[in-house]
Amino acid sequence: MPQAFTPKVVTANALLEGDVVYQTSDDRWTRHLSQAEVITDEANANLRLLMAEGQPDEVVGVYLADVTPGPDGPEPTHFREEFRRTGPSNYAHGKQAEPADV
Amino acid sequence: MYNYSEFDAAFVAERNRQFRQQVERRISGALTEDEFKPLRLMNGLYLQLHAYMLRVAIPYGTLDSAKMRQLAYIAERWDKGYGHFTTRQNIQYNWPKLRDVPDMLEALAQVEMHAIQTSGNTIRNVTADHFAGAAADEIADPRPVAELIRQWSTDHPEFQFLPRKFKIAVTGSPNDRAVIKAHDIGLQIVDRDGQQGYRVIVGGGLGRTPMIGKILAEFITQDDLLPYLDSVVSVWNQIGRRDNKYKSRIKITVHEHGIDDIRQRVEARFALVRPSFGGIDVALFDQIKAAFAPPAFRSASTDDYQTAYSADPVFRAWCDTNLADHRAPGYAIVQISLKAHGATPGDATADQMRVLADLAEFYGHDELRISHEQNVILPHVHKSDLPAVHGILKKHGLATANIGLISDIIACPGMDYCALATARSIPIAQQIATRFDELKLEHEIGDLKIKISGCINACGHHHVGHIGILGLDRAGVENYQVTLGGDHTQDAALGQRTGPGFSADEIIPAIERIVYTYLENRHEASEPFLQTFRRIGMAPFKAALYDKVNAYAAQ
Ligand code: SF4
Repeated sequence: MPQAFTPKVVTANALLEGDVVYQTSDDRWTRHLSQAEVITDEANANLRLLMAEGQPDEVVGVYLADVTPGPDGPEPTHFREEFRRTGPSNYAHGKQAEPADV
Repeated sequence: MYNYSEFDAAFVAERNRQFRQQVERRISGALTEDEFKPLRLMNGLYLQLHAYMLRVAIPYGTLDSAKMRQLAYIAERWDKGYGHFTTRQNIQYNWPKLRDVPDMLEALAQVEMHAIQTSGNTIRNVTADHFAGAAADEIADPRPVAELIRQWSTDHPEFQFLPRKFKIAVTGSPNDRAVIKAHDIGLQIVDRDGQQGYRVIVGGGLGRTPMIGKILAEFITQDDLLPYLDSVVSVWNQIGRRDNKYKSRIKITVHEHGIDDIRQRVEARFALVRPSFGGIDVALFDQIKAAFAPPAFRSASTDDYQTAYSADPVFRAWCDTNLADHRAPGYAIVQISLKAHGATPGDATADQMRVLADLAEFYGHDELRISHEQNVILPHVHKSDLPAVHGILKKHGLATANIGLISDIIACPGMDYCALATARSIPIAQQIATRFDELKLEHEIGDLKIKISGCINACGHHHVGHIGILGLDRAGVENYQVTLGGDHTQDAALGQRTGPGFSADEIIPAIERIVYTYLENRHEASEPFLQTFRRIGMAPFKAALYDKVNAYAAQ
């Protein structure tokens, strides 16, 4: 039996800064997972991934990451994605150091 | 200090000019990421979890104050005000922006530094004993030969597309501080009837399939060295596997063919290539050696040092753990710990780097070394200057007296930065150091090396740690596997796994149980952990770790 499709977001790193970014439903890139588009069907996921891969001048290393929908938007299911969303644990660098409205 | 030749400078300048254009073309969209990636890797630029990372080579770990100050400047100008010293004696910047990298490389070139061959399937930055040129037990300074190898291998046309990366380490002492048995080639300078030559070890390596290197040749003369190394790399270049990147390192080639077969092939190849090395390499070596001439050591009284040593217990504790024997009378090797309890192993702020540069300039014959243990060394300090040096270090959070102790932990960046990681390593190191500092036990425990890697690639050398910790991803949860009995010295050994791994919450108590088991079982206070482990074996440690009754009793 094929595995059931789990919700995903399209994520990558920004070309210029290297920051972790997520694709929004209106085709922008956001630094905030909470603003990312949650994709719930596989065909759409592949389509959205292709679209993202077509923007090499903006992003690098595009892939689909698992999420679970939550009250404040999608939440990571794996600790690696949790660290990518937050930044390193030894310094308050990366996203945790940035104002919330960037 | 060795200075780059004009050729080197021109080569680096040309590479930087090319890379600046490549970055521009990548940003403009003229280059795709697939096209750009190998180019940026060739120049030391990686994409990590949260940002780019620039890895800068510090050949054989040697720096002077001008270089260190420039590293500080780069950290402040283009990064977040700090740098991370690695187990390969490199420095990594964790937050560069793509547009800034060409400027960073240019700033490096101003002090004859670069990021070339810190990546890719080439012969990488050659590492050496961090006490090179200073150690009391040294037969000869290993840096001239490391530099000779660097010149021979840099941009060597035949060796730019090797089956995999290739790492060489050199020691000039019988006591191995350069982990030569865990390198593709390890060289040990040896003396035979008054003639200096090299013992050649091949096929060591950590990572997925850890192996201790084997002796390929007992004695290779200086004249034969480069053709011999050339032959080893050629043989591997020819028969090393390219079908599977996990089987392509020379350790697998040696393992599959056997050391005797490899030796025969190397000798056959050597007979062919030896005549083409007409002695230019030997003349070059003499030149390089002259450039590494020792500084003019001074003779002075060490009375001030003796007085401070008797009077000040903090200074005394620091001397007892952080100094090593120097070959010149009245001198000491100063090891500066980048492992303050709770800090990130190997990180130094720009301010600290400047302090280190100043100390080297005023008290240390302008020399600094980076150790693979992620500490900084002032190789030549006269003992009369030690109280002053210690006073300055103290003011800048650099006087932690823990070299070789349980909190002097090697830890790779792990999942806080590294894109390949399967778990974090830095927080584990921070917690162990903090915990044993609270317990005030580390001086009591004595010589104990903990090494932590955040994935199977083993950049944190966990296989050769007395206690090794490997972070893994077990069904979406961080899990830490423990090995005991590893040894990174001339008696190199791989650690043995204790059994099932521990969660992030369980790993610190597990390490405590291991340490208490050692303290209960050691013959006397002078028997170090490794010796106790070798004497009593794994069973008591296993019982302490996994036997529930014992585990609760220990809490
Ligand atoms: S051991 Fe793994 S996690 Fe650590 S730095 Fe190396 S590749 Fe990254």
